[in-house]
Amino acid sequence: MNFMDPNMFLWLIPMGPLTAFLIIALATNRARLIPATDPHYGGHHPDYDGMRVPVVRDSSRVLSITVALSGIVMAWILSWRAFFAARALPHFGEEVLGSQINWMSLGNGFFNIGVLVDPLNATLLFMVPLAATMIFVYAIGYMAHDPRQSRFFALLSLFAGAMLTLTVSDNLLFLFVGWEVMGLCSYMLIGFWFEKESAYKAAIKAFTTTRVADVIMLLGIVYLYSLTGTLNFRDILWNQATLDMLTTTPAILFGGSLSAAELIGMFLIVGTIGKSAQFPLHVWLPDAMEGPTPVSAMIHAAAMVSAGVYSIIRVFPILEAGMNPHVGEFSASMLLMVFAGGFTALFAATIAVAQFDVKRVLAYSTISQLGFMVAALGIGAYVAATFHLITHAFFKALLFMSAGSVIHGVEHGEHHAHEHHDEDEEDDHAHHHDASHDHDAHHTDHHFDPQDMRNMGGLREKMPFTFWAFLIGGLSLSGFPIITAGFWSKDEILADAWLGLSHGYAPQTFVFIMLAISAFLTAFYTTRQIGLTFFGKPRSAAAEHATLGAPIVNITMVAPLMLLSFFAIVAGFVGVPKEFPILGWIFSREGNPFFEMVNHSLLHPTPHPYFADVLPAVFTSFAVALGGIGLGWLIYIRKPLEAGQQDPLINFLGPIWNLLEHKYYIDELYVILFIKPSKAIAHVTSEVIDRGVIDGFLHLVARTFVFLGDLIKVFNAWLIDGFGDAIPQGVGMFGEWFRRIQTGRTQQYILLTALAMIVIGIIFALSVGMLSAQAVGF
Amino acid sequence: MVIPLWMYLIVAASIFSIGVFAVLARRNAVAVLMGIELMLNAVNVNLVAFWRYSTTDSSMGGQVFAAFLFVVAAAEAAVGLAIVIAVYRNRRSVIVEDVDMLRW
Repeated sequence: MNFMDPNMFLWLIPMGPLTAFLIIALATNRARLIPATDPHYGGHHPDYDGMRVPVVRDSSRVLSITVALSGIVMAWILSWRAFFAARALPHFGEEVLGSQINWMSLGNGFFNIGVLVDPLNATLLFMVPLAATMIFVYAIGYMAHDPRQSRFFALLSLFAGAMLTLTVSDNLLFLFVGWEVMGLCSYMLIGFWFEKESAYKAAIKAFTTTRVADVIMLLGIVYLYSLTGTLNFRDILWNQATLDMLTTTPAILFGGSLSAAELIGMFLIVGTIGKSAQFPLHVWLPDAMEGPTPVSAMIHAAAMVSAGVYSIIRVFPILEAGMNPHVGEFSASMLLMVFAGGFTALFAATIAVAQFDVKRVLAYSTISQLGFMVAALGIGAYVAATFHLITHAFFKALLFMSAGSVIHGVEHGEHHAHEHHDEDEEDDHAHHHDASHDHDAHHTDHHFDPQDMRNMGGLREKMPFTFWAFLIGGLSLSGFPIITAGFWSKDEILADAWLGLSHGYAPQTFVFIMLAISAFLTAFYTTRQIGLTFFGKPRSAAAEHATLGAPIVNITMVAPLMLLSFFAIVAGFVGVPKEFPILGWIFSREGNPFFEMVNHSLLHPTPHPYFADVLPAVFTSFAVALGGIGLGWLIYIRKPLEAGQQDPLINFLGPIWNLLEHKYYIDELYVILFIKPSKAIAHVTSEVIDRGVIDGFLHLVARTFVFLGDLIKVFNAWLIDGFGDAIPQGVGMFGEWFRRIQTGRTQQYILLTALAMIVIGIIFALSVGMLSAQAVGF
Repeated sequence: MVIPLWMYLIVAASIFSIGVFAVLARRNAVAVLMGIELMLNAVNVNLVAFWRYSTTDSSMGGQVFAAFLFVVAAAEAAVGLAIVIAVYRNRRSVIVEDVDMLRW
């Protein structure tokens, strides 16, 4: 293959991180064994006392980081090269970059896999490696004292490689491969600090939850393949005949009331509901916060959840199923997206209002923002969904890394405070806080949660840089008008919804109302978070002493924030509507650039809403963002929380607060609905079926055969051996007796010979000799 | 008077029987050898007697055969006595029963 050809070098994009994974896993990950009580092993667990644990060598740390960074930077360079090469195509959209190879022989042909860059995944190729590289750099500092940093970078590389594979894939099956590898990586990374029970449980929860969805998604892929004989995006989505066939074929389920396209679409959407954590499969994402913060950023921004939304944006023409949402026609799959997305957006936003864990707020905001994208796609706002996907990735990566810095800082502060207050206990506890971010409650006599916003406050002065980064990310998430990326993408979604609402279409109306309220809540809880974390006075000794730590660590954690802050602001300006006053003239003289580009991923591009028609939506965007921020400012920044003071919302909301704080008791409901029955069934199968029936049967068979064996053994010893022994014994006894004939006395031999000759002579004489003697005539 | 053939045969058979008896019954190896000599000479008597009374054979076969037998007997006696001496040197005995090294 000639990798200078832009169609060909797309193959190399995922290779960098994947190769880095192999090199780190097979070669550079070297550990030494030290006692589990050593301070270098920060994740010390009481059960490990007396054991020796592997801790990565310093040389391995440096090598692995170098390898991983080289891999991801290579992917970044190649991705951007592909992006710009694709942009240079004269009719990008109808013309695409890509190539295929025969992968699997299917008897009468081949299943081809290939790579493809069209306008849709070109935007992802711009965003994914950039965000991933920032996360890698950030992880150098954040994981600097982790005993398994090499392994962390190996998994992170695999994660990034899988995401890039998924991104450049030109067919659903290859996409699914990347999808599943990411599922595995998320499992291993969420449970990276497996010393914590909560971490490995979260890992299992994430894996099993997404597994449910993935199986259903696979059904959709299989059904699609059985109908069309191909999974290639261009062959299906750019082929009107195939699309028509899919929309006119009745589905095999539900009595044919759905078309095949709708059923396939719904299967694929379920896959996304799992991967992108939409209601009711959202439960894994907040728990996934147990992983290290760079992992959270990776899952929430660059990779996992983006992949979920990307996959349904990719197959949008199938989901549309021949209907046109812009004139009020909705397929069942579109309606599923409308309801799942719209409901999730509001549902998660309300929960985020009542959380105190700094990362959990962000987790629920991710779920909510993903709901925005799914709902947007549901009303046919194809480009707006893509746009929000990209901008969200930037500001959510920024937010997570800022939050990680906050946690890091508070942990350092906690360590310092601890040193001051319990000098004599310092030996016992120092290593927990010094060496890692592990804050396991098992082995500290007092439990301090460095992620709890009630323990923060006033960090604006302690960590000014982190504050500004968080502020930029938060404002972007809130959709602060004009200057933030989040505003433009959210506005685009609301504008599309408003267009339908103004025609009186119910789904768009539903989406508009849900998303507007959600956007308001988003602005509110983000401001609340900023207020609780950074404003007022420090509410704990840890917050008092918060600092980012050593300068070298500091830099790797600060530089990514700077770059992402930049993108969290300017990423929005690629999607400014042409008619927008002043800014439209500056950025979009040729028409909305993002829209013009991504829209051509579709065979039938969606119409761009006229700016004048959607002015009310723009004003709504202004209003909800500023309103939410304003309300948050009133409650949490104007009068910051004092130490020990309750959240003012608790009194105001009353019992609703409890409901929100406990996430509508969904986890508890699932425990009753699924987990307890599963455990009961498992108990029955284990105790009764496995141990009773199956083991009983096996034991019976075993005992029968042991008995039979004993029987045959006796028979063998008695008869066969007896017979076998008797022959040689008989021969031996005969020989013993018979050899006595050999006396060694020659005369006896001669006597016997003589007797024999006499006997023979007599016989001879009697028979022949006499006759011949007579004949001779004696 | 012509002595009939059977008389010769009786004499030869007697000598042969004496020889057999000596071989079978004597304990002294030298005596056993002497018995063998007797048997050989009995055969010689037979050979010559049959030749003398033969009506069909005009050759000197019987006498020649007898002469050969003397040679064979002499050779046999030489070898046999050598064996006896060798045995005597090893075992200090010429009793046949003592020489039973080949028995079981």
